[in-house]
Amino acid sequence: MQQVISLLVENKPGALMRIVGLISARGWNIDSLTVAKTLDTSLSRMTIAVAVDDHMRRQVIKQMNKLINVLQATDLSEGPSVTREMVLMRVRAPQESRTAILKEAEIFGARVVDSSVEGFALEATGETEKLDEFADIMRSYGEIEITRSGAVTLSLEAKKLRLSPPVTKGAQVHETDGQEKLVHKTN
Amino acid sequence: MSNLMSGSKILLECLVREGVDTIYGYPGGVTIPFYDAMYDHPIRHVLVRHEQNAAFAAQGYVRATGKTGVCCATSGPGATNLTTGLVDALLDSIPIVALTGQVTSTLIGTDAFQEADTFGITRSATKHNFLIKNIADLPQAIHEAFYIASSGRPGPVLVDITKDVFQGNMQYNPVTSIHLPGYKVYTEGHTGQIRRAAQMMLEAERPMVYAGGGVIHSEASAELRELVELVDSPTVCTLMGLGALPGNHPNYISMPGMHGSYAANMGMYNTDLIIALGVRFDDRVTGRLKAFAPHAKVIHVDIDPSEISKNRNADLPIVGDVKRVLQKLNAVLREMNPSAMDRPGLRAWWKQVRDWKAEHPLEPSFSTTEIKPQHLMAEIERISKGEAIVATDVGQHQMWAAQHISFNKPRLWLTSGGLGSMGFGLPASVGAQMACPNQLVFCIVGDGGFQMSLPELATIVNHGLPIKIICMNNGYLGMVRQWQQLFYNNRLSQVTLDGFPDPVHLAAAYGFKGSTVSHPSQLRAALEMAVAEPGPYLLNVKVSPEENVYPMVPAGGAINEMVLGPPSPVEVPR
Ligand SMILES: Cc1ncc(C[n+]2csc(CCOP(=O)(O)OP(=O)(O)O)c2C)c(N)n1
Ligand SMILES: [Mg+2]
Repeated sequence: MQQVISLLVENKPGALMRIVGLISARGWNIDSLTVAKTLDTSLSRMTIAVAVDDHMRRQVIKQMNKLINVLQATDLSEGPSVTREMVLMRVRAPQESRTAILKEAEIFGARVVDSSVEGFALEATGETEKLDEFADIMRSYGEIEITRSGAVTLSLEAKKLRLSPPVTKGAQVHETDGQEKLVHKTN
Repeated sequence: MSNLMSGSKILLECLVREGVDTIYGYPGGVTIPFYDAMYDHPIRHVLVRHEQNAAFAAQGYVRATGKTGVCCATSGPGATNLTTGLVDALLDSIPIVALTGQVTSTLIGTDAFQEADTFGITRSATKHNFLIKNIADLPQAIHEAFYIASSGRPGPVLVDITKDVFQGNMQYNPVTSIHLPGYKVYTEGHTGQIRRAAQMMLEAERPMVYAGGGVIHSEASAELRELVELVDSPTVCTLMGLGALPGNHPNYISMPGMHGSYAANMGMYNTDLIIALGVRFDDRVTGRLKAFAPHAKVIHVDIDPSEISKNRNADLPIVGDVKRVLQKLNAVLREMNPSAMDRPGLRAWWKQVRDWKAEHPLEPSFSTTEIKPQHLMAEIERISKGEAIVATDVGQHQMWAAQHISFNKPRLWLTSGGLGSMGFGLPASVGAQMACPNQLVFCIVGDGGFQMSLPELATIVNHGLPIKIICMNNGYLGMVRQWQQLFYNNRLSQVTLDGFPDPVHLAAAYGFKGSTVSHPSQLRAALEMAVAEPGPYLLNVKVSPEENVYPMVPAGGAINEMVLGPPSPVEVPR
């Protein structure tokens, strides 16, 4: 079943490789992956959609949380969330279909970002399925060329972010209690 | 200006600050500047004969002492040779820091001479790794590497350092703090869960403590002992956990699993409460998972949250350091005063466990004409009495050693458990003997695995290490032969080891003593002579070639369905 995982990650070389490596080592295929810096530019937010063997769903999140560069990995397939994707599309538009294309684009809330005698470049955002439909309709007008961003997902629940404080050299390992929440949630 | 220090010197300074006294390594092109700085530095460098053995020797040092080990290799082939040793450390949670040289930063990505993508290759071979292209990042990375390797669930960490970083200079300011916001270590355990665990333990009628390598890593042997005495629970120690509870402790049963004892496996199958401490329900322990301990509830204590409910669902999970959790748990149990309780179920359980032990004891077999492998292990046990360090390789000899040699303390039994890497034994014994120069160290190897790290005999001689190398020579890749015999109609394919070198000449060629023993009546004297020898000794022990390790849970079988011995006399063509 598809799992949507949201990760808050240190913006460091190799961080992406570690996360993707966990997935590829298990022989799974990533359906979509997006990464960008957050407000704090030392961090990145990643959304990964991946088809995971059902009994491994929790294990994958735990393994990701174990990575040193990962501040938080959460499974968004369970709680409430919103997902959006963006599509950029070039549509060949002969004179006779230009108006029809623009009408359809308007229905899907798409914007024209370039217009030439050959056709249009369109931009649309929405849920993945809506964009699939949009692409299908545009294809009925002729050849299209398309680039999709992959899904970005935002959880609608506030998730507490727990970070480890700095450690003084020579000091003992940072100790925490209050395990109950974490343990109960994951089991 | 005079405050400027080279990257190589800074690296050594950081190692000193981490308390490093020994590096196992092998130099090469890009690490020459580092080796130049080591030339007149107090840290001891041990030149092994292959980088894989640098990692294994560092592991031997760690496993015998609990300190973090260090190994070092050059770029390209040096780094790729290290990787087996890193994965081995990863699977057994052994803290080592591996330092590798990398080509000059401006050459990375050009297929430069001896360039390999070490950072990429070792991503999945380590707990974490670093690529350092800028000298300013070096000190921080080294201290982070040691912190990550040794804290939480320990493991190997690699720092790949470009040649220009070794050669560069900068003003060195010691690192005073490190910050890894995403690295969470949970040590304490949840108090409420701990209370519930204590309750469950005393309510159980058929408890079974299942203790593993985590108990040894967290130095929790004393706490484990108190726990099993308070709960009065039978206890099994896994291959990684041997010695966590003294082998002669009355509550100790033996090792469970594929080659575990009848009593241990029947106990694990029939228990109503598994108290799992620093273990991971490995398939070599559980057999067919669906049929494992079907009547049991599980309390699982582990520092790594991802181990909880990975293979077997935990009814009561406790994430924390086994030592800290057991300290708290024991305090709760003491308050409950279990010795005053009447626990009739427990009495019946103990009787059952003792009956199983008596029904099929793990007793060595003897013959008057040939040395049985079990006989060899029993003789080593007689000398060791649970006190010697025993490093093994991988195969039948490893299993017989685990079954028949006992350990009164942790950190005496050094074996490659998770990865099962042949070639581990000899270099591991090097690290252990260097760390514990006054200890008796046996290195028990098969005739196959011994030849995988044979060149380390030179290292042993160079450092005058009095290791007693006991080669259990069955003329076969014995463990593979056993499977071929039992499961592949005895079609022995590529398992015969012809051409084993004459041990007398082999040892002599390296400048020490060796001999062969093949008659059971001479075994004891031969072992005693080897031990009495002040230097290293190679004892080649010819054992019955077709002996199989029993009990055996066939792969995919349930642990209560052990094969206890050969079904009927089997014809084996010679
Ligand atoms: C590096 C490596 N290669 C292959 C194996 C598979 N393997 C496991 S045991 C074994 C036989 C070992 O033979 P030997 O060293 O003579 O020990 P014995 O089983 O005879 O005691 C082999 C080939 C392994 N564990 N490690
Ligand atoms: Mg052999």
